[in-house]
Amino acid sequence: MGKAKVKPGPLGRRPDNSAFKQQRLPAWSPMLTANSVLPFFYVMAVICMVLGVWLLLTVQSTQEIKVDYTDAGTCNVCLEMRKNVSNAAKSCSCTVRFEIQKAFKGDVFFYYGLRNFHQNLRRYMDSRDDGQLVGKKANLKNPSSYCEPFSKDPSGLPVAPCGAVANSMFNDSFSLTYHGSSGLTAAVPLLRRGITWYTDKNIKFHNPKIDNLTLPQVFEGTAKPLYWQRPVYQFEPLDPNNNGFINDDLIVWMREAAFPNFKKLYGILNRTNKPFKNGLPAGNYSVEISYNFPVQYFQGRKGVVLTTLTWFGGQNYFLPIAYLVTSGLILLVAVVLTVVWWKFGKNGNNMQE
Amino acid sequence: MARQRGDAGTNAASKARRQRKKKAKENKTRTVHASIRHDPSKGEESPNRHYANNKIKTTKYTVLSFLPKNLFEQFHRFANVYFVFIALLNFVPVVNAFQPELALAPVVFILSVTAIKDLWEDYRRHRSDKEINHMDCLVYGRAEGRYVEKYWKEVRVGDFIKLRCNEILPADVLLLSSSDPDRLCHIETATLDGETNLKQRQVVRSFFELDCDFDPLKYNSVIECEKPNNDLNRFRGYIIHRSGRRDALYKENLLLRGCTIRNTEEAVGIVIYAGHETKAMLNNNGPRYKRSKLERQMNVDVFWCVIILLVMCLFAAVGHGLWMFQYGDKRPVFDVLGPDGTDLSPIMSAIYLFLTMIIVFQVLIPISLFVSIEIVKICQVYFIHQDMDLYDEETDSHLQCRALNITEDLGQMQYIFSDKTGTLTENKMVFRRCTVTGVEYSHDANARRLAMYQEIDSEEEECTSHGGTLPRRDSVTSHQSARVVLRSQSTKSHRRTGSRAEAKRASILSKHTAFSSPMEKDITPDPQLLDKVNECSSQMDFMRFHSQPMSQLPSDLSDTIDFFIALTICNTVVVSSPNQPRQKVRMRFELKSPVKTIEDFIKRFTPSRLTSGSNNSSSSSLITNRSSNKGCSSLLSSPSAESTLTKLDEEHPSGGLDHTFSPVPLCYDAKALTLEEGELRYEAESPDEAALVYAAKAYKCSLVGRLPDQVTVELPHLGKLNFELLHTLGFDSTRKRMSVVVRHPLTDQITVYTKGADSVIMDLIKPPDTGNSKGKRQKKNVYRTQNYLNQYAADGLRTLCIAKKILTKEEYACWLQRHLQAETSIQGREQLLFESALRLETNLQLLGATGIEDRLQDGVPETIASLRKAGLQIWVLTGDKQETAVNIAYACKLLDPEEEILTLNADSQEACALLLEESLHYIQAKFLCSSTEPATKALHTNLALFDIYSSSSSSSSSSSHTTPFTVHRLGLVIDGRTLAYALDKSLEDKFLAVARSCRSVLCCRSTPLQKSMVVKLVRNKLKVMTLAIGDGANDVSMIQVADVGVGISGQEGMQAVMASDFALPRFRYLHKLLLVHGHWCYSRLANMILYFFYKNAMFVALIFWYQFYCGFSGSAMIDQWYLIFFNLMFSAFPQLITGTLDKDVSAETLQHLPQLYVNGQNSEEYKPYMFWMNMIDAFYQSLICFFIPYFAYADSDVDLFTWGTPITTLALITILLHLGIETKTWTWMNWLSIGFSVALFFTVALCYNASCPTCYSPSNPYWTMQRLLQDPVFYLLCVVTPFSALLPRYFYRACQGTLFPSPVQVGRQFDKLPAETRRNILSLSRVKVGSPLSARPPFLSLTKPFTNDCNKKDQRSFQGSKTTQTKHGPVLQTEEETGRQSPTGTTVGEQGFLDRYTLVPTETDTLPYTKDAAPLSTEQHSPPTKGSECLRKTLELSSWNPSDSVQLSLPPDTDSHCVKYMRNSEEKLGSDHAFHQAHRTKAEDSLHTTL
Repeated sequence: MGKAKVKPGPLGRRPDNSAFKQQRLPAWSPMLTANSVLPFFYVMAVICMVLGVWLLLTVQSTQEIKVDYTDAGTCNVCLEMRKNVSNAAKSCSCTVRFEIQKAFKGDVFFYYGLRNFHQNLRRYMDSRDDGQLVGKKANLKNPSSYCEPFSKDPSGLPVAPCGAVANSMFNDSFSLTYHGSSGLTAAVPLLRRGITWYTDKNIKFHNPKIDNLTLPQVFEGTAKPLYWQRPVYQFEPLDPNNNGFINDDLIVWMREAAFPNFKKLYGILNRTNKPFKNGLPAGNYSVEISYNFPVQYFQGRKGVVLTTLTWFGGQNYFLPIAYLVTSGLILLVAVVLTVVWWKFGKNGNNMQE
Repeated sequence: MARQRGDAGTNAASKARRQRKKKAKENKTRTVHASIRHDPSKGEESPNRHYANNKIKTTKYTVLSFLPKNLFEQFHRFANVYFVFIALLNFVPVVNAFQPELALAPVVFILSVTAIKDLWEDYRRHRSDKEINHMDCLVYGRAEGRYVEKYWKEVRVGDFIKLRCNEILPADVLLLSSSDPDRLCHIETATLDGETNLKQRQVVRSFFELDCDFDPLKYNSVIECEKPNNDLNRFRGYIIHRSGRRDALYKENLLLRGCTIRNTEEAVGIVIYAGHETKAMLNNNGPRYKRSKLERQMNVDVFWCVIILLVMCLFAAVGHGLWMFQYGDKRPVFDVLGPDGTDLSPIMSAIYLFLTMIIVFQVLIPISLFVSIEIVKICQVYFIHQDMDLYDEETDSHLQCRALNITEDLGQMQYIFSDKTGTLTENKMVFRRCTVTGVEYSHDANARRLAMYQEIDSEEEECTSHGGTLPRRDSVTSHQSARVVLRSQSTKSHRRTGSRAEAKRASILSKHTAFSSPMEKDITPDPQLLDKVNECSSQMDFMRFHSQPMSQLPSDLSDTIDFFIALTICNTVVVSSPNQPRQKVRMRFELKSPVKTIEDFIKRFTPSRLTSGSNNSSSSSLITNRSSNKGCSSLLSSPSAESTLTKLDEEHPSGGLDHTFSPVPLCYDAKALTLEEGELRYEAESPDEAALVYAAKAYKCSLVGRLPDQVTVELPHLGKLNFELLHTLGFDSTRKRMSVVVRHPLTDQITVYTKGADSVIMDLIKPPDTGNSKGKRQKKNVYRTQNYLNQYAADGLRTLCIAKKILTKEEYACWLQRHLQAETSIQGREQLLFESALRLETNLQLLGATGIEDRLQDGVPETIASLRKAGLQIWVLTGDKQETAVNIAYACKLLDPEEEILTLNADSQEACALLLEESLHYIQAKFLCSSTEPATKALHTNLALFDIYSSSSSSSSSSSHTTPFTVHRLGLVIDGRTLAYALDKSLEDKFLAVARSCRSVLCCRSTPLQKSMVVKLVRNKLKVMTLAIGDGANDVSMIQVADVGVGISGQEGMQAVMASDFALPRFRYLHKLLLVHGHWCYSRLANMILYFFYKNAMFVALIFWYQFYCGFSGSAMIDQWYLIFFNLMFSAFPQLITGTLDKDVSAETLQHLPQLYVNGQNSEEYKPYMFWMNMIDAFYQSLICFFIPYFAYADSDVDLFTWGTPITTLALITILLHLGIETKTWTWMNWLSIGFSVALFFTVALCYNASCPTCYSPSNPYWTMQRLLQDPVFYLLCVVTPFSALLPRYFYRACQGTLFPSPVQVGRQFDKLPAETRRNILSLSRVKVGSPLSARPPFLSLTKPFTNDCNKKDQRSFQGSKTTQTKHGPVLQTEEETGRQSPTGTTVGEQGFLDRYTLVPTETDTLPYTKDAAPLSTEQHSPPTKGSECLRKTLELSSWNPSDSVQLSLPPDTDSHCVKYMRNSEEKLGSDHAFHQAHRTKAEDSLHTTL
């Protein structure tokens, strides 16, 4: 380099005597020997242990009930019916009963669950058009190529919402009924709103807006997805905030699950009225299902899940157990190391002599 | 560019011309006409137009060609092609995995980083080209009729240019005229070859007589010369005058581009080669690329990674096929059909998936690995450059890394091949003794003076190390004046006590006169010889006065004076005076290759040019005493053979006494003498020449001036004599001698003085006529001289014989005739000249011999000792004679007096085979069962370090021999001739078998080719890493052949440095370079590469596990952005920092415990199994990182990226913590880089997840990270996962550190100890480590008063005779060496002991310099504080070189200073730390027992 300054004088090229250049930066050099790591191991073991126990206690306070309704109760009729594609348009409903022995305290979440449904397939996941769902007019009539082959219906109309994800949307609906011990029967009120991420509802999903046109007018010239019974603007025609692309169920479905076995939120218990002020009281319940979604092609199962949540999620014993096991392992290792240190490590420093 | 355009223009011009051009190209010669003779305005075209013009363009690209050319170059790297292929694969819709544009990002990033780097470098080259092209010079303009300023780039072949003093030559120029009265021009070639002495160039002969100004218009000759080539030392051609006469041109007539004109006011020349065709530009070759051992190993593992990748992809593809198959014909609703609506068969989708998986798993082949390695290496090179310990104050130079990608090889060396002269020794020649006419003059006073230098030097170094270097700098300016005074004192009193430190400083001052430190200059003459010289010259003066023929002089007297005359004139030394400092033009001259890589840039960036000298040096105008100006002759005349001969006859009809004798009054003479005493400076091409001239000067026989045709010598009484120099037959390595032919001014005889290697000269001595007494005396003379020569050699001196020959006029005329023929021929001129020289140099008369000492460099024995402890085998390959080499080897501790020496000298192939066989048997018989010997046992139990090496060397054995090879305590000495036999195909295995069992091997009298053959043999047969170190041109081939070539940037020019990978100022720096930097570079890089593999495997495996849950469909839970930038950004910095800065063991400990080097030799940081262990660990960790979040989120409503992002985070944390476990030293930079990585990840994730809700299709992680940060599970996972993932590794490391620490870990533990304890242990452990090697009780003491040197002499002759005996015939010399006393060790008499024992003052109040300066013991040190220091100093002293030997001639009164020897062979290393207390007390105890 032209500007490389060579200091004048006889020792001009002497390197700088700086700690960095001479590689003498102050440094901490930990030794990984038994005696130096032992305290750390013990501390970690204790921390994990405490966390594990705490989590375990927390998890134990949760309650959960899973009801597989694929062929339970009266649903086997519907299952048989759905095996035949020609019956797809026919409605079928069935009821499944279950019992809650101990009252669910606090907020109760109602999920529907699917097993063996691979929402995480690469091609399936890609088959959607976020631009369309966010309400871009251009994408509405001209869906992205990612949606192929679900972007145009056989007549050539653009599909809204396009893609395999929307097309295969779960379309069973549920109504939960409480059968109290006193013969009281009450429909369990579920909040079907606010079950999505806030950002999804308000940012990622928008209905396309064209001047003052109504929703059906906006969607004029688009086709409903192949498997759907109603077009997207007829989800809930009365509630413009839950219709079209911003329908909560659609939004929930569009958030693809990570695993083939998953559950998705259907509703949250509305605790404004008795007897559900404190959650779900113990007793018998029945859930009436409008049975539409076919699962037999992929050996899938359907179910509903009622659960209460803790601060770290639903009833999942894995995390506390993981902590406890880790703590145990660390402790074991620590003990081994202690022995090692006791036997050999003490004179370890003399080895170089 | 311009040149191309220019070419295009000419091409278009005319066909005929093109044909002519073609013809010119086919010619083997180039014809140069003066361009001014052709007037372009008249449409005449210069015949030189086809030659390159002087514009240089070193850039690679133009604006247009940059992109394609650069990309093309980058795609030469296979990895780049691979990554581009994968990125392009993404554009295929069926197989794409990511957003195609995004997938291109990393490749584009990597390519553009490289491209920008290249672009920048090219721009810099362009700028420097421009700067150079726009330098000014004076070119003769036809139109103007005078010299006009032009840019360099406008200079063309055939132009006349005028050069002024201190200008840099713009092109290769043929010198036609010089303002110098002697038609000389001095140039400095430092930029070309690094040699700083002035070189003389001569005006072309035919223009020699032209005394008035050279007129370009009158020039009408044509020059025929060879095509441009890169040989700096060759130029052949002739000039054809209009008269048709031809004159030969030599390299002496050519001024090369890049040189600087010195001492000459003006010179005019014609451009012969310009621009890129100049020799300097043709010598431009860029840095070399070698592939290091580590990289080779890494490539194997990259290959394995590819296999793993393919297996994973295949697995996924098959899985996907099966998964599809299970659904049969009924496709599930989530199985998306192909875009065209048709569904794929399972097999087809499996095939597509295979390709998709390659894209998804591409991270496994780390795109950033190569870039990261390059960056780390650049940083390593940078740090090596910056190391203060590798900086040499004396020459203001430091280590240069020339090959930039093999730094880690330094940590894996197993064999070192070293040159001797200039590498182990200083190559500073000091005249020590001489033999004249069979009489030896031992120069005792001189020896004593030399000893003085050492001892005062060590004292001064002590001072400066305490006081810092500041005073030294201050003294620089005032020093020069002081020096003159000092020197004149010294010549008067002969008892000058100059110090070496002063010598050092002086040489800093005057780098240009590199070989003239006071130590070499001030020679104390032997009084006897001085008397003789005086007597002789006065007699000659008398005879001259009385006009008596000189032949009446007694022959021994005339021989004596001839001896000194020969010393003075038989050389190429140039005389200059320091009064006028050579001003160096501080101009940048880009001779070195243009920057080709970023490493190269760094190299330049760091001020490391060895060659450019300091500007305060001085030299000067030649002393010219020829004042008579010859008449201005406008005619060009050239002395042809005939004219020379006729002149010869005419000019000296009667001896020409008064012609040559300069009649200066005596008083004036004396004055001049004193005046010039301080002023004359000799610039020699080789240091021994200078040494001899200085030696002669000490005898008042001084060289005063040298011109191409005459040498002026000043003799006592006789005054200045001008010797007409008829011929100089330069030194070459085949002849091994040089000669000058002069006309002796006193006798008027034509005399040949020859100086050369004794072996050669002795054969050329005229067989004495035994008939008369003179012949007998001569015979005796030769015999005695030979004896002394052997003795000199035994003392480790370099020997030279001086001989003369007197030619009759007829003989000379006869020889001259043929010689001139040889000179003027173009083809095969070298050969003819060689033969001509052979004809002349016969029947010589021996005058005498000289012994020159080549001092060992500082710290050589220590370096060798500790390199050897580091498990390195050191072979010395030297061209010196056996005795010299052996003795130097003893002095530098290469050979141990306790060792047995196998000497192999054979006359024939068979004898050699026999010898090798015998030695092999001997070794087997002696050492096969030796493992039971206690010494060996001790060795094996001791730290188990040494035997690690031995076992490894045996395991790496590829030879057919079944004997287990361990390194025995044996030395092997083999001479060149035997080596030639041994290197034969049939014997090489045997030779290796013998050689590898020996601890040290010494090859003497080996040619450069043999050196490289030996290196090649060892490298290829033993499959070991080799390092060759040397300083001279004769080491170049060896340096190039070795895995790592190291050049010593010493005084023998730059050839070795140019060929080397690393250039060191001194041999001892090898110690730190290998043991510290080599170790660090290796361990850093090895760890980084392993980590890289681990990191990528771990990351990719996460995705692999996920395939089991997504139907092997190739979807990834890690967002594509994270996936692609993980390597490039999030995890890149910490590993770079660790790879650059991590120090497993501190530099001090590495230097103190050389055994740790074995770590690198055995590749212990990176063994093949380690790759697999790392892979297994990576898979385990990824399992943990995958399944803990999996189960934590199982059965929940988690979506893909909300689940995948924590996994990415966990993987990042785990990977960083893993690095944390592997990091040995944590500086703030490590902390910062890790913190930065984590912060960067979160910042990028947050920004990315907040930026755009729809842009990143197909994945859409909007607001994921933000939500995760509110989720407690995320934090819970972050705690438990990394810990459980890293638990096994952490546990393993802790156990290993405790239970079976590797030597390196022991070293680290050692580092942690407090300094005091460390010292204790060090000294103890060293004793332990050392004891099995020396097989001696650790402390031995004996008291031995010094004796005078007569017994030393006895020993020498004993030594000499012994060696002569062993020299003849095939003798297997396996004498028990334990008792052998090496004459060139630290002292002469008690060599054997002294090698092992340091001198320790017995009385606590003796001074540190016991050995050398016992008489000076006036200072007193208080024992408790200074005691250790005393010891330290003695330790340093004990390493001194052979010149100490004469110190033994101390006055007998040293008895009072009872001297005790203490074992020191091991302790010396630690000389820079205070000596261990316990050790000292022990020493004192033993001392008391002895007393």
